[in-house]
Amino acid sequence: MDVLYFAWVRERIGIPKERIETSAKTVADLVAELCAREERYAAAFADLSALRVAVDQELTDFDANIENAREVAFFPPMTGG
Amino acid sequence: MDIRVQEAPFDLGLETTCFADRQTDMGAVVTFTGITRDLPGGMDKMVIEHYPGMTEKALQGIAEQAMERWDLGDLLIIHRYGDLAPNDRIMMVATASRHRKDAFDAAEFLMDYLKSRAPFWKKEFGPDGTEWVAAKPEDEDALNRW
Repeated sequence: MDVLYFAWVRERIGIPKERIETSAKTVADLVAELCAREERYAAAFADLSALRVAVDQELTDFDANIENAREVAFFPPMTGG
Repeated sequence: MDIRVQEAPFDLGLETTCFADRQTDMGAVVTFTGITRDLPGGMDKMVIEHYPGMTEKALQGIAEQAMERWDLGDLLIIHRYGDLAPNDRIMMVATASRHRKDAFDAAEFLMDYLKSRAPFWKKEFGPDGTEWVAAKPEDEDALNRW
C-alpha cells in the first residue's frame, strides 16, 4: 500500500510517500511496524494524540482496519480556512 | 455547487459578482474570505500544503452536507495552496439562499468544517524561522454546535 505523510510528519520522516508491503491489520499495527524500523518513524509517531490518519482518503482512527486499504496517510490536525 | 482547489490567486470581487449574478431566485448571498495577516514583525510568507484527492473529496462532502441541511440555492468554495504573501486571499466561501439566515448559517458551517476537516496545513515563514500553524482546540469544539 502507499503510505503518505504531510506537514511536519513528512518533514520528520523525510519523505512524502512510500510503498510498503505489510500484513498489518490496523493503522496501529502499521504504526508499530514503522516505529520498529527506524528512529525517525518512532520520533514522528511518538505522540499519536498529535496525529490524524486517513485510510483511502477518509479520516478515521488508529483502530481502523487497513487489510484492503490502498492508501494510508498520516498528518497533524488540519488547519484549513 | 462550485468547488475549486487551486494554486493561483482569485479575484474576490469578480468571484462574488459572478456568484451573485447567477442567482436568479435567491434573495441572499453571504461571502466569507480568509486572508493572511500582515502584522508588524509577522510572517513574510505562508506555504499551504494539501492532500490532493482527499482535499477535493472532503470539500465535496462538506458542501453536500451544507446543501442538505440548509435551504441553499448554490454555494462556492475556493481554497488556495502553495505560496502566499501577507495580505493574500487564502480562500473564500459564498452561499446563496432565499432568505439570509440559511446563507449565514451555512457559511459558518462551511468555515467550521473547512478549518478542521479539510486536509490543508499552513506553514509560516517569519523573521525567527519557520513554524507549522497549530490547530486550536476551539476549532475542533466549533464542530460540536452543528
